[in-house]
Amino acid sequence: MINKKLFLSLLTLPLVVISTPLKSQAGEWDITTEVTAEARLFPYAPAFPGQKEMTVSPSFSAETEVVYEFNDFADRLTFKPFVRVDAHDDNRTHFDIRQASWWHLGEGWDFKAGLDFVYWGVTESRHLVNIINQDDALEDLDGEDKLGQPMINLNIERDYGTFSFFALPGFREREYLQFNRRLAGPVRVDGDLATFEAGSGNQHVDFAARWQHYFGNWEVGVSHFHGTSREARLNPFMNGEEMVFAPHYDQIDQTAVDVQYTTGATLWKFEAMARSGQGERFAAFVGGFEHTFYTVIDGRADIGLLVEYLYDGRDPLLAPFTISDNDIFVGARFALNDTQDTSFLAGGTIDHENGSSFALLEAQTRLGSDWTIELEGRFFINVDQNDPTHFFAQDDFINLKIARFF
Amino acid sequence: MKNLNKTAKFLIGAAAATLLTATTVMAQSPEDKGMEIAIAADKADTGWGDSTVSMRMIMTNANGQTTTRDIRLRNLEVIGDGLGDKSLSIFDTPRDVKGTAFLSHTKVLEADDQWLLLPALGRVKRISSANKSGPFMGSEFAFEDILSPEIPKYTYKYLRDEACAEVECFVMERVPTYENSGYTKQVVWVDKEAHRYMKIDFYDRKDSHLKTLTFRDYKQYLDKYWRAGRFEMVNHQSGKNTVLEYDNYEFATGLTDGDFTSNRLKTIR
Repeated sequence: MINKKLFLSLLTLPLVVISTPLKSQAGEWDITTEVTAEARLFPYAPAFPGQKEMTVSPSFSAETEVVYEFNDFADRLTFKPFVRVDAHDDNRTHFDIRQASWWHLGEGWDFKAGLDFVYWGVTESRHLVNIINQDDALEDLDGEDKLGQPMINLNIERDYGTFSFFALPGFREREYLQFNRRLAGPVRVDGDLATFEAGSGNQHVDFAARWQHYFGNWEVGVSHFHGTSREARLNPFMNGEEMVFAPHYDQIDQTAVDVQYTTGATLWKFEAMARSGQGERFAAFVGGFEHTFYTVIDGRADIGLLVEYLYDGRDPLLAPFTISDNDIFVGARFALNDTQDTSFLAGGTIDHENGSSFALLEAQTRLGSDWTIELEGRFFINVDQNDPTHFFAQDDFINLKIARFF
Repeated sequence: MKNLNKTAKFLIGAAAATLLTATTVMAQSPEDKGMEIAIAADKADTGWGDSTVSMRMIMTNANGQTTTRDIRLRNLEVIGDGLGDKSLSIFDTPRDVKGTAFLSHTKVLEADDQWLLLPALGRVKRISSANKSGPFMGSEFAFEDILSPEIPKYTYKYLRDEACAEVECFVMERVPTYENSGYTKQVVWVDKEAHRYMKIDFYDRKDSHLKTLTFRDYKQYLDKYWRAGRFEMVNHQSGKNTVLEYDNYEFATGLTDGDFTSNRLKTIR
C-alpha cells in the first residue's frame, strides 16, 4: 500500500553505502534484540454483538536493531525490523521496518537518509507537535509507537540553535485494528478505501523544518509541517450493504511551538500548534508541569507529579476526531531508584465538560539482567453516552508483558 | 626536596589567591588550611583536557546479590568563570536501558544543565538537576558523589595529618554549600604528595556516619594526572555497597564542545 518502490530503494540504500567503506576501515557491528510475550486481559463482556470476547488475548513481538558504524564512527547504518503476532486480531499481527537508514555525523551538522523516526516536543499526556512519524496505532493507545518514515533530513547546529530540514517522500497510512475485535469500535474501518486530498495520493512528498535552541533554563522549538495529515478523517462509506469508515487524508499546514522551563525540581511544559487544511484553521495546546519530590520515601524513592491541561479547537465534523478537546491530565510517577529500576505510573485524563475519563496504570521492573516485566492497565471510567470514548467503555484491559533482551 | 618546594610554592600561591598575607601562612586557621588543600587537589587535576573511559558499576545488596551496569563516560574539562566540566554517560547494560545517555554541563554555583536521551522514542529531555542526594542509577552513589568537586561547592576545615593506605594524608572536613545535599559533612583524606582523594566519609542529615568511599588502584596518565581505577562505596547503614571499576582511560581523544551539545546527544550511541 505504501510507496513500495521507494520503500525498497530506501532499504537497499544501506547496502550500497556498506559496500564502499568496508575495504578502507573496519567498522563496528552492534546487534540488540528484544523479544516479548504479552497477554491482554479484557475483564468485561464486549459492547457489540459479533465482537470477539478475547478475555485473555496473547501476542508476541520481536524487534532487532542492527547497527554498523564506520569511518571513525562518523557514519552509521541502522536496520531495525519489528514484528508482532497476535492470537486474535489479524490486523494487529503486523510487520514494520522502524529504521533502515544511513546517518552521517559531520562537525556541527548531520545528515540522515532512509526510514527513521524523529521526536519533537516536551509534554507527556499528548504529543501534539510530534508530527513526522505515523502512529503505530495497532500497538497501544498512547501514541508512542511509531512507523518508520522515509526521510531525507539535514540538521545544522549553530550558536543560535539547531536548524532541521526534512523531505518526507512516501506517506505511511495509519493502520486500524480488525473489525469485531476489542478496541476496534462499532464500525469497520477499511484502510483499503483510503482517499487522499493530494493528487499524488500516498506518494505526496511532505516537507518540515524546525529550529530548536536553549537559553539557560528555557528549551524552545519552533516547527512547520506541510503535507499529508498523519491523522485521518473517517468518512462513512457504503460498501455494498455494510456501512464502513474510509480514512481520508487531508493536506495540512501545521505551525507549532514547544517550550520547557526547568527550575529546581519543576519542569514547566507547553506545546501549541495551529493547523489549516481541515475546516477552519484551528489551534490546540497542551500545558502544565512535572514536579518531582526527590528521595521522599526511605531516602531513595522519588514521586513525580504531572498536571497538564489539553485544549483542541478543531471542528469535530471537518477535522480528524480527538478526545483531547478540553481535558485535564493528572498523573503520578513513582521511581524506587533500586538496582532493578522499578517504577510505577498512574494517570488519568478527565474531560472537562462531561467528566468522561481515561485512566492508565503502568508498573515495571527488571528481573535479573536481561528480563523485564511490565503491567499496564487502560481504563475508560465514567464515560458519558455522548463522549466518543463510550464505544470503548467495555474494552478496559490489563496487559502483562515479559521481555527478554539479547 | 623537590616536593617540599612545590608545596611551598603552592602554599604561597593559594594564600595570595585567598587574599591572605604571607605572615598568616605560619598561623593559619584550620579553615584556611582546608581551603589550601582543596585548591591543591583542584590544581593537581587541572589541564587534563578530555578523556574517555569505560566504567562497570557493581552493586551488591545486604544478601550479597550483585547487579551490574556498564557505562561509557566522556569528559571535557572546561576552564572559565563559574563553569564546570561537561560529561556524557552512555549506558550499555542492562540491555533494556541500552542507549540511554545522560549529558551534564556542570556549573560551579548555579544549577547544572542536564539532558537525558531516551533512545526508544528518540527523545532528548531536559531534566532537573535538583536531585543531589538521590541514588545514581540505583547505586549507593548519590548524584552529588559523582559531581566534579568544584571548590566553591564546599567550605573546608583541616583536621589533622594521618597515614592512609601507603601514603601520608591531610584529613579535612568539608560541608556542602549547594542546596539539597544529603550530607551535613564529609571527612576527606587527601594524599599529601600528589593531592589525590584517598577516602571520604559521608555523614547524613542526622550527622551519623552513612557511607565510606575508598579510592584504589591509582594510575598516572599523561605523566601528570592520577585516576583511581576502583571506587568502593560502602553504606554502613544498609549493608549495601557499590564498586565502580574504570577501564581503558584515554586522554587527548579529540573531544570538543561540539561533542557535548544537547543536539549532539540525539546522535549518541
